[in-house]
Amino acid sequence: MVNASLQPSGALLRPDPAFFPVGGTLEGYRKALATQGPNLVSSVVIALGTVVVSLVIAAPASYALAQLKVRGGTVLVFVLLIVQLIPGIVMANALYTVFGNLGLIDSYAGLVLADATATIPFAVLLLRAFMISVPRELTEASRVDGAGYWRTFFSIILPVSRNALVTAGLFAFLFAWADFLFAVTLTTGQSFEPITVGIYRFVGNQSADWNGIMATAVLAAIPAAVLLVVAQRYVVAGLTSGAVKD
Amino acid sequence: MTLAAPVPRRGPRRDGRFTAWAFLLPAVAYVVVFFGYPLAANVVTSTQDYTVKSFYTGEAPFVGLANYAAVLANPLFSTAVLNTVLFTAGSLVFQFGIGLALAVFFAGRFPGGALLRSLLLLPWLLPLVVSGAVWRWMFDQDHGVLNAASRLIGVGAVPWLSSTAWALPAVILTNIWIGIPFNLVILHGGLRAIPASLHEAAALDGAGAWQRFRHVTWPLLRPVTGIVLMLGLVYTIKVFDVIMVVTGGGPANATQTLTTWSYRLSFHDFAFGQGAAVGNVLILAATAFGLLYLRSAKATLAEAAA
Repeated sequence: MVNASLQPSGALLRPDPAFFPVGGTLEGYRKALATQGPNLVSSVVIALGTVVVSLVIAAPASYALAQLKVRGGTVLVFVLLIVQLIPGIVMANALYTVFGNLGLIDSYAGLVLADATATIPFAVLLLRAFMISVPRELTEASRVDGAGYWRTFFSIILPVSRNALVTAGLFAFLFAWADFLFAVTLTTGQSFEPITVGIYRFVGNQSADWNGIMATAVLAAIPAAVLLVVAQRYVVAGLTSGAVKD
Repeated sequence: MTLAAPVPRRGPRRDGRFTAWAFLLPAVAYVVVFFGYPLAANVVTSTQDYTVKSFYTGEAPFVGLANYAAVLANPLFSTAVLNTVLFTAGSLVFQFGIGLALAVFFAGRFPGGALLRSLLLLPWLLPLVVSGAVWRWMFDQDHGVLNAASRLIGVGAVPWLSSTAWALPAVILTNIWIGIPFNLVILHGGLRAIPASLHEAAALDGAGAWQRFRHVTWPLLRPVTGIVLMLGLVYTIKVFDVIMVVTGGGPANATQTLTTWSYRLSFHDFAFGQGAAVGNVLILAATAFGLLYLRSAKATLAEAAA
C-alpha cells in the first residue's frame, strides 16, 4: 500500500533520467533556466509580496479579534469563514472586471492583492486561533505596566505568536507560489509571467518538449521540497489547524 | 497594585474601542474592497451583456436573467454539472478511502514511519500546475509511464487524454493523488486523539483488528471524518488548476466542469456575463455545502466541549 502510494512521487522524482540520458537532462535545465528564469523571479516577488501583505493585514486583526473584545468581531470571523468557500474562478472573474477598470491587470500589485484574498482569511483564522490561547495575564500585565495596545501588540503578542506567524506566512508563500488561477486570468503575459503560467504555456504548446517541461517543473517544485524538509512542523500545524479549529 | 489596576483600566477601555477598531480596520477594509465589491460587481455583471467591448466603452446593456437562461439552455450546462458531480464524488471516495487506510497504517509506530509520512506530504505541497504537468506526461499515450507499464503487463495502450471515455477518469486519478495527503494528515491527527487504552481493552475482550477498527476507531473518528469529507467537498467542487493543466476541459468537453466552463466562457469566449452567471451558480453550490460544513463543525465542537 505504501509502496503504491509512493510510486507516483517516486516516478515524479526521476522523470528525466528514465527517458533521457544525463547530458540531455542538464540541457533541459539550461533551457528551463533560460526561458523560465525571469518567471521564477516574478513568482518569488509575488509570493513574498503576498506574505507581507497578508501578515501586515492579518496580524493586527487577529490580535483585535482574539484579545480585544470588539463588537462585530464574530461577524467578521464568520464572514472570513464564508469567503473561503467562494470558488477561486468566481473571484478571478469578479476581480478581472474590477482590475480592468483600475488598470491592475498585468501588474505585480494586482496579483499580490488577488492572492491575498485567498491567504488573508486563512491567516486571520489561524492567527486568531493561536492568539486566543495567549494568556490574558500576559497582556494585562503589560497594560498595567503602562503599555498601550500598540506596545502590547508589538512587544508581547507578535514575539509570542512567532510560530503561528511563520505558519501563516509559509502558507501564504506556498499559495501565491503555486497560484495558477489568478496568474492565468489576471495577466496577459505581455509584461511578466509567473512560473505556473510559464509551465502551463510550455505544456500547452503541443510540440511537447517533456524534458524542458520536467526540468521547469522540478525548479518550480524546489520551494515545496525545501519547505517539506525545513518547516514540516509548521506545514502540518497549518494543515490541521486550518481544518479542525474554528 | 490593587488600587492602581482599576484606574488605567477605565482609561484605555474608552479610547481603546477606537484602537481596537484601528487594528481591525485593514482587514475589514480588505474584505469590503476585495470581496464585497467584486462579488457585488459579479452579480451585476451576470445580468449584463458584458463583452470585451464593455471594457473600452464602459457600456454593458442590462439583460436581466438572459445570461442565466442562456447558460441553462446550453447543452454544456448538464455536461459540466454531471462532470463536476462525478469528479467530486470520485475524488472524495478514493482520497478518503486511501487516506484513511494510510492513516491507520501510520498510526502504528515503526521505524521510518515519520519519514514516509512526510514524503507523502509532497503531492500536497507541490504547485498543482507542476503535478498536473507531470501527470499529463505520465498519461502521454506513446511515451507516458502509465502506458509503458500497461504494455509491460500485456494490456494495450490506453488513450488516457485523447479519448472522451478515459479523460475524466484520468483527471480524477490525478486529483485523488493530490488529495490523499490532506486526508491522511487530518485523519492521522484524529486517530492519535483516540486513547490507546480503548484499543487495548477491546483487544483483551478478544476483538480482532477489523472489529477494533469497526467498533472502536470508526465511531470515535466520525466527527473528524465529517469535517474531512465536508472540506474535501468544498475544495473539490472548485478545483480548476488540475483539470486545466491536464486536459484543459477537453477532449470535446469530456472533462469540462463548472469551474473550467466558467473560465472558458469569460476568458475564452469573452462572454463575461455568462461566465459570471456560472460562477454565481457555483457560489450557491459551494456555500450550501459550506454551511453544512459549518453546522457539522459546530456540532463537533459542541461534542468536544461536552
